[in-house]
Formats: sequence, structure tokens, C-alpha cells
Amino acid sequence: MKKLMIGNEAVARGLFEGGCRFVSSYPGTPSTEITEFAAKNDAMTCEWAPNEKVACEAAFGASLAGVRSACAMKHVGLNVAADPLFTLSYTGVNAGMVICVADDPAMHSSQNEQDSRHYAIAAKVPMLEPADSAEALDFARRAYALSEEFDTVVLLRMCTRIAHSQSIVEPGEPLPLFDKPYIKNPEKYIMMPAFAKKRHPIVEERTERLTAFAETCDFNREELVAGAKIGVIASGTAYQYVKEAVGERVSILKLGLVNPLPVERIRRFAASVERLVVCEELDPVLETHCRALGLSVEGKSLFSLIGEFSQSVVAKALGGEVHEGYSLDEAVPVRPPVRCAGCPRRGLYCSLAKNKVTVIGDIGCYTLGAQAPLFAVDTTLCMGASVSGLHGFNKAVENRDAGKTAAVIGDSTFMHSGITGLVNISYNASNSTVIILDNSITGMTGHQQNPTTGYNIKGDPAAKVDLETLCRAVGIERVRVVDPYDLEACDRVLKEELAYPGPSVIISRRPCVLLKYVKTAPPLTVDPDRCRTCKACMKLGCPALSIRDGKAKIDATLCVGCGVCEQLCRFDAIQNRSADKKEAL
Amino acid sequence: MKKKVTNIMIVGVGGQGSLLASKLLGRLLVDEGYDVKVSEVHGMSQRGGSVVTYVRFGEKVTSPIIDLGEADFIVSFEKLEGARYAPWLAREGRVIVNTQEIDPMPVITGAASYPSDILEKLAAKGASIDAFDALALAEEAGSSKAVNIALLGRLARYLDIPYEKWTEAIAKTVAEKFVSINEKAFSLGYQSE
Repeated sequence: MKKLMIGNEAVARGLFEGGCRFVSSYPGTPSTEITEFAAKNDAMTCEWAPNEKVACEAAFGASLAGVRSACAMKHVGLNVAADPLFTLSYTGVNAGMVICVADDPAMHSSQNEQDSRHYAIAAKVPMLEPADSAEALDFARRAYALSEEFDTVVLLRMCTRIAHSQSIVEPGEPLPLFDKPYIKNPEKYIMMPAFAKKRHPIVEERTERLTAFAETCDFNREELVAGAKIGVIASGTAYQYVKEAVGERVSILKLGLVNPLPVERIRRFAASVERLVVCEELDPVLETHCRALGLSVEGKSLFSLIGEFSQSVVAKALGGEVHEGYSLDEAVPVRPPVRCAGCPRRGLYCSLAKNKVTVIGDIGCYTLGAQAPLFAVDTTLCMGASVSGLHGFNKAVENRDAGKTAAVIGDSTFMHSGITGLVNISYNASNSTVIILDNSITGMTGHQQNPTTGYNIKGDPAAKVDLETLCRAVGIERVRVVDPYDLEACDRVLKEELAYPGPSVIISRRPCVLLKYVKTAPPLTVDPDRCRTCKACMKLGCPALSIRDGKAKIDATLCVGCGVCEQLCRFDAIQNRSADKKEAL
Repeated sequence: MKKKVTNIMIVGVGGQGSLLASKLLGRLLVDEGYDVKVSEVHGMSQRGGSVVTYVRFGEKVTSPIIDLGEADFIVSFEKLEGARYAPWLAREGRVIVNTQEIDPMPVITGAASYPSDILEKLAAKGASIDAFDALALAEEAGSSKAVNIALLGRLARYLDIPYEKWTEAIAKTVAEKFVSINEKAFSLGYQSE
């Protein structure tokens, strides 16, 4: 039956049909839904791991045990899982294993624009790249046969526009399962020098066999147009743009297996046209390959290294139709993403801004605290970097700035890679204050459970990491817990811990206001007679607050009554009507 | 000759319920036998930011996105967002827009003001605009959450799909207890001035 599916749902379906029975992942946009959809299928054991390295290694363990497995991550997640990946290339697999990696050209929700294809080349493993949901399902399904035939992990590369675009798929029947028991094989699975030296030639020989496979396999296909002078090599979403813009008058070599790349097939294609063009988002991977073959090729001379393409981008480069819409003479005010009304991070950020603390930030919703009007974050690098970065910052200047610096990190990010940084702070003794913004969920990626929430991916009760005990166990003696809705407490505890000459942890604890179980208070109101328009409340950047007709106004549809603005108002203009009623009673 | 693909952009503010509208539309178009692509960006932009969904249908759809000057329809949940995407509107295209105003952060902080007559300015440039208070229609139907369906009702006037197919799709997409409210909102949007 025909069904619309986003690419990520199609991948989950394809993994299942291909015989996958174990999935371990860490959420990351635009890859998250692969594992969320997989978890809806009870035939597969699915888990959120603390980070991508753990997820990848767990999936390898399953493969070793004879169960087809997968893990999914965003492009930067593969950096974290790169360590197992490179040696997985040497060990190969027992049952098939697939690593789904989702790139984010144009950085819709990412901190960089790296191109995951480099990993396939560097680790010497095959990489498939689907161009729509139907291919996402098909490639994921067939990845296991490829993995087992060539004894290698297979990378499945997605990108935002494939991962989050719905197109029509026809789900099929799952492939029959089989038993592939683990058999002890030290020379294959123990990668110490003596054995790894024997495995490396096998890896190189495998690449030769995979290259031969690429010459004839139907993951790649020629779409030849009679009389076409231009030939375009493309894959994934770039293929769709080429097809749309100039598909009727150029020949296309559409690549589904993007590593290793065919040689003779590309030479033949190049020979069939007058002008060879490579259209690829991000880095010139295909183009570089063509140049290495000595072919005359145009690629990045026509197309940018930066951002996403579109049909117009291709049309402009290759002479297709470009459309023009309407332009307005005035600028439309931007509408950037904002932190939600009642976000439990806002109160603590208010204290950080007020105390002019240099804040080493991390990856999550709380990165948005860097924006106007709070400007509370100084740097954001990668998952976990706040804790380790703060240590280096403080140690390098012999704690000169200690007392003026802090790290902020979410509960899920702390589990991912913050705890190792905290061990370092403790072990190498820096005067650092780490603030764990514990909102009891992985927020940014859309509410996934993590080891601190007490629930697993299915929502069933699970072991719960006790953050206070964990911090104390690594040697942090001062661990404080505050409610971020209590500004006075935030301010006092922050000042005390910044002043304390040694490492400390502040846990700012309150669940994300968007969680279904969170009960919110009635909206607050502004008494216009009391409001002096001092705009103290406006410093919070709360989307429920605005100035209308010269006075502060609270949008009752957005306000959740968190009361943080109420505490900032020196004129008692912001009121909690339900509290008044209670007093009256 | 290239087969015509119809391009619909659904735009609004994160959290306004555009997801249900694109889900309903996508399902309906598949049932009608079209090739369909529905594309949106998840993640950061969900949180009160400007959000866009591209819906494309025809005999064969390739690119998942709609480019500048290609949108046959822009269905906007909010007034300012209807204007923001004007560069995407095809010369012969139409904006179907809810006149509700939601202040963006620069307006909230006072760095900018909400441009009140922006739709009139767009119309003065020759764009076709159907502006109406879809929120009021939704409330009349019984729920402010039915704004999306009221907007689809208006869109339905311009698409070559029988009315009853739309109501069937509503029944299949929304929870049973909300079907009658949504059918009413659809009807009010369809008949709106």
C-alpha cells in the first residue's frame, strides 16, 4: 500500500525489512526519527544510548552476537563514534551492521556543515546515499546483504531534505531471519597489532571488490538523454534538483553508492558527453574523484561549497528556468526560534547575565540563551565541551578568572560527554563551577528520554542516574540544587559557588515546561496602573511579554505562570490573579 | 512538455498546527493518485520561529522543495508570515492568509514594529491575496485549534478535488470527537468572503 513517509521513517522500515533487530542511537537532528520510528516496531530492540560512541559499539556487539543491527546519528555524532568506526572497518561484522548518519547542509539545526562522506573514504567502508523515501527504505533494506557479503559495516548517508521530506513508499515484506551464531575468531575480532596487520590488507582488498561492485551495481544508474551535451554526476538531494531543473536535457549518472566510486563507469559516462559536471552539496568529493581519474570536470566552479542547493541553483548554473516572486520594499521583522515561555533555564540565565559571568556553553535548547536580550552564553563548541572548556579556561590563567566563569550543560548532554569533563575538573583540580540544567528530558531534539529521566525509549521505567551522587562520586564535594524559577535562590547559590575556591556543581532542576506531565500555573497579568515601563521584565526575552501602548503586557495564551518576571518587577505590577483569589478566600 | 506540478507552501509560527494541515493534505493527494512530496524542517525552528512546509504534487515530483517564485499557493497561519514568503510566490500565485498577528521577538523587544499594512502593500504589487480571520471562523466552528482546517477550506476552492474528498480526509486525519468541529471549520473557510 502506498504511504507517505519521511525519509527517516522509511529508513526505520527498511532496516526492519532487512532483518535489523537491534538499534542503539543518540538523538540528533535530522536523524532522530529513524530510531523513534524503529522503537514503535516491537520486533526490534531499540535504545537511546548515552552517546553515539556507545550506540555504535552496542550495535557492533549485537552484530557480533549474530543479530543484524543499526545505529543512527547526526553528522557531528559520527565524530563521537569515529573511534569504533575506523577499527570496525578492520574487524568487519558477523551479522550485518548499518550506521545511519544524517548531514545537515545549511545547518538548519547544527553547529557545522561537515560532509560525512569523508568518513566513508577515511574508514574505507561503503556508503549508500538515498535520494527520496522510497530509496531510503530500499537502501536500508539492502544494506544488510551488502554488509554481510563484503564483511563490513555500511554507512547510510541521509541529509535534512531526504530525512525530513515525505514521499511515497510501498512497504514490503520483511526478509526471512536467519541464525548466525557468534564464533570465536581472535584474528578477526581482536584488533591488536599482530592481528590488525593481517586485517589491513583484507580491508584494501575489500575496497577493490567494492569498487568492482560499484561498476555494475544498481545502486548507481545512468539516465541518458539522447543528444545531451552535458552529463551530470549527482547523488541524494542534488540529484533531485538536477532532475527538476535540467533533467530533460542532460544525461545523469545517479550514484546511490557514494563510496567507493566506480572508475570505468564514470569514464564511460564522461566519454558519452561533451561536458562533464558534478553537482554535489558540501565538499567536492565526487569531483575530486573525477579529477584523480584525469577527467576534465566542472563542479565547485559552478556550485557552492556552502549550504543547500535547490532547483534554481542548478538552473542558474546549467541554464534552466529561474523564477521570480514578489519583493517587498520594506524588511519583514525576522522571527528567530525563541526559548519557550516558562523555560526553566530562563531564571538561571538571568542570574548569570546579572552577575556578568563568562559562560562556556554547550549543545541544546539552552544555546538559545546566547541570543538577545540575555546574551548569557560566551561560546558553544560541541557536545560536552562546556565542562572541559571551562576547566582549561580557568587552569590556563591560573584561576585568574575563577569566580567569574561557569559552564552550562543540559542533563542529556552531561550524560553524553559532560561527565568526563567533570572528572577532569575534579582530578586536575580547577576552581570551576559547572551548572547542570536538568530539565528531565532531551529537549532540543524533541523530548527523548535519557539516563537521568528514569524512563527508556519506550517510556517504560528504567534505572535513573542520580546526578548529585554521580558528581560527588567523581570527587566534587559541593553539589547544590536550585529551582530556576526562584530567582533569589539562583542568585544566592550562584554567588556562593562562584566565590568558593574549588570545584562545584549547581544542578538547576525543573522539568521542561513542554512535557505533558508538567502542570502549569494560570497566566499572570500586568496592572497597567502600576507598570512604570521600566522594562526590567523585558530583559528575560520571554515570548509572552511585550510592550503594548507603553505598558508591559502578558499574552495569556503563552504565559504558563512561571513567575520569574513577577520577581523582577519592583512595582508589583505583575500579578498572579489566582493567588489574589486565594488570599481573598 | 513538462507535466505541471502544483506547489503549496504552508507557513506560520512554530506550534500553530501546520503539521496537521500538511498531513491531511498529503494523505488526500496520495489518495487522489498524485505523486506527492511534503517537506519540512524539524528541530530548532520549531520553537516559536518561522516555519515552512512545502507540499508539491503532480504526475511526478522530483525536488522536495519549492524555490523562489514557484509557489502557486502560500497558505499562511499568520499575517506577517504570509508576507515574509512573498519572494516564493509565483507571479500568478495566491496567498491565503489568516489575519491573526503574532509578534516576533524583534517586535516584542521593541527593536522593530509590526508592519500592519504589509498585505495591502503586497497586493498593490499585483499579488492575489485572500486575507480573512480564520481564527474567528475556527472559533465559530467550535475550536480555535481548527484554524488550519479553515485555511484548507479556503485553499480547497482553488484545487481540482471534490469537496467530499476533503471531508473524507478530515474524518481520516483528526480524532473522532473533533470531526464535526473541523468539518464546520472547513465549510466556513470554503465559503468565507
